[in-house]
Amino acid sequence: MSDTIVSTALDPANAPTLGDSAAPAVPVSASMPMTKALNAGLRKAMQDDPKVLLMGEDIGPLGGVFRVTEGLHAEFGDKRVLDTPLAESGIIGTAIGLALRGFRPVCEIQFDGFVFPGFDQITSQLSRMRNRHEGGVSMPVVIRIPYGGHIGSIEHHQESPEAYFAHTPGLRVVSPSNSHDAYWMMQEAIASDDPIIFFEPKSRYWPKGEVLLGASGIPLHASRVVRTGTDVTVLGHGAMVSVLLQAADLAAAEGISIEVIDLRSISPVDYGPILASVEKTGHLVVAQEAHGFVSVGSEIAATVMEKAFYLLEAPVLRVSGFDTPFPPAAVETHFLPSPDRVLEAVDRALAY
Amino acid sequence: MSATPNASPTVQLLSPAGVFAPSDAAAEFLPYLDRLTEADYRRFYRDMVVIRRFDQEAANLQRQGQLALWVPSHGQEAAQVGSAYATRPQDHIFPSYREHVVGMIRGLDMVDILRMLRGVTLGGWTPEDHGNFHLYTLVLASQTLHATGYAMGMQLDGSTATGNPETDQAVIVYYGDGASSQGDANEALVFAASYQTPQVFFLQNNHWAISVPVTRQSRTPLYLRAGGFGIPGTQVDGNDVLASFAVTAKHLDDARAGKGPALIEALTYRVGAHTTADDPTKYRDPEELAYWVARDPIVRFRAYLQGLGVEQEFLDAVDEEADDHAADVRRRALEIHSPDKHVIFDNVYAEPHPLVQEQEAWLERYEASFEGGDE
Repeated sequence: MSDTIVSTALDPANAPTLGDSAAPAVPVSASMPMTKALNAGLRKAMQDDPKVLLMGEDIGPLGGVFRVTEGLHAEFGDKRVLDTPLAESGIIGTAIGLALRGFRPVCEIQFDGFVFPGFDQITSQLSRMRNRHEGGVSMPVVIRIPYGGHIGSIEHHQESPEAYFAHTPGLRVVSPSNSHDAYWMMQEAIASDDPIIFFEPKSRYWPKGEVLLGASGIPLHASRVVRTGTDVTVLGHGAMVSVLLQAADLAAAEGISIEVIDLRSISPVDYGPILASVEKTGHLVVAQEAHGFVSVGSEIAATVMEKAFYLLEAPVLRVSGFDTPFPPAAVETHFLPSPDRVLEAVDRALAY
Repeated sequence: MSATPNASPTVQLLSPAGVFAPSDAAAEFLPYLDRLTEADYRRFYRDMVVIRRFDQEAANLQRQGQLALWVPSHGQEAAQVGSAYATRPQDHIFPSYREHVVGMIRGLDMVDILRMLRGVTLGGWTPEDHGNFHLYTLVLASQTLHATGYAMGMQLDGSTATGNPETDQAVIVYYGDGASSQGDANEALVFAASYQTPQVFFLQNNHWAISVPVTRQSRTPLYLRAGGFGIPGTQVDGNDVLASFAVTAKHLDDARAGKGPALIEALTYRVGAHTTADDPTKYRDPEELAYWVARDPIVRFRAYLQGLGVEQEFLDAVDEEADDHAADVRRRALEIHSPDKHVIFDNVYAEPHPLVQEQEAWLERYEASFEGGDE
């Protein structure tokens, strides 16, 4: 479904400009999987700022278990790409020290379920350093976390822990859904002076998508309508966006017009496009792979009901992973929200 | 402590009675004493006395309701003063939360420490303006990793191991016997050893983690753990200010010179409570306390100075200065004013954040709605 995402996710306003004839010829766009787009974004950020460095497990000569950092060690050397000891708290804690020293570390956590040994350093230290220093220091640290299901893997390799981080003041949390956003959002995240948890939807790592290299990204924390519709607004982030677009295709065949919003930023949430869409459709379904209880979807549902109660013709409905551990991969399709589960909620919303 | 101190693995220069009697283990550290003049000795003594008097005053302030909490350093003055004087201006210090005199030596006003304990700030000072003395960190051992990352940064930006001891930088991080059990302390040692950071781990073994004795933290002397990480470890008599200085000076010199990290275990004792919320009489043997009080670092060093012929007038003047300092701190502590409520929202993020901005504006409107409430 990658072409579906690309055709709808790119904003014509971002079309490349070719005005600078003195600039060396660079491709204005390229089709690449998200892994390559992230790699290109990291490379660009490292070229632009010598203080940017990468650290993590197996990210050097191997290029990371998902090859997102492939070639960067060879290009920038072991003072810019640090293969670290196998200790997540150590990675985050030393990244904090490096940031205090003026560096801009980008940390790779190997899998979603492996972030928790570093959770204390993220929530008790990284997120609060600026506040504790009364603004005297910045923490330009990016923590990259491959996350989510759909890859048939073993325990701790398919989780969606974004709510833990979104709940923590001082952190920003984002997730691209496509190659173009991955390329630009990575650079914007590295340029931010705030710590950013960068969730990479690993089931979207491999489909190719068009990246407009000559344009610029929209703001890091902007949500975006990726498919217009009139009957129901559905909203999600990361890999869920492709599920929502599939659902919209299926619904269109039945005469239901679905508007799809790619959240892009989980914290803060950009409510502008969401409320504008709800004003049009009167219905909102929020979808996520994460457990539904005390989730990002719960927060958005509550906030939209507070801000737009009279615009709604039905309660905001959530479609989530169940409140169970992520199950054995053999039954993950029953756990993960599918296009049909999204449409079941769409039907319920329209039935009010 | 060993009955035959000279054969002990512990570096000791002054006997508990204040007699210069280096242990065998002290041999390699003796040359570092040549850096000290009698004026330095007087400063060591002065700082130990001033901080103990301050410590008492801060505890009084807490008892009088002027501080939320106080964290005493009574008994640990020699370990802290000796190690702090071994740092150079370009070094960076990552304290835990009991290293008040280290901050003082690096130029910190003790009132700034009280600001945090009076509940008006979560920090209290700007490290770059106060001798690179970083903020206290209250989650045990978290700062060991920050220190290691900072030391990695010194390597990456070429600020260490250039061969110039006047400018080469190093990091010293303070933690304790309790914190030594934390994962972060061990991960910091792994990272430091792996990257050979310019760094000294200064472990003050004060024998108690609140109510739990060091024997519950470790079945081996803590300095021996260094060997397992592949770095040098030295055990020093932390109640001996000269030994604490000499051992730290050597390891910091080595760190600045590119010889990698080291672990120092300073044997000392938390004579007071863990904090003013603690009651050590419930778990500590009075005989153990008496043993350590007899090895008091200030009494020991005073005896040594008197042996050198330091005049009583100096000792009396130090006592007077300590009283004056404590009185001044008390007066200014009582003048610390509460911050504006906007401190809640300031500096949560570097860049504007809509949720925080909305909540700040709401609080402003909400509280304003109670003012002049006749409308």
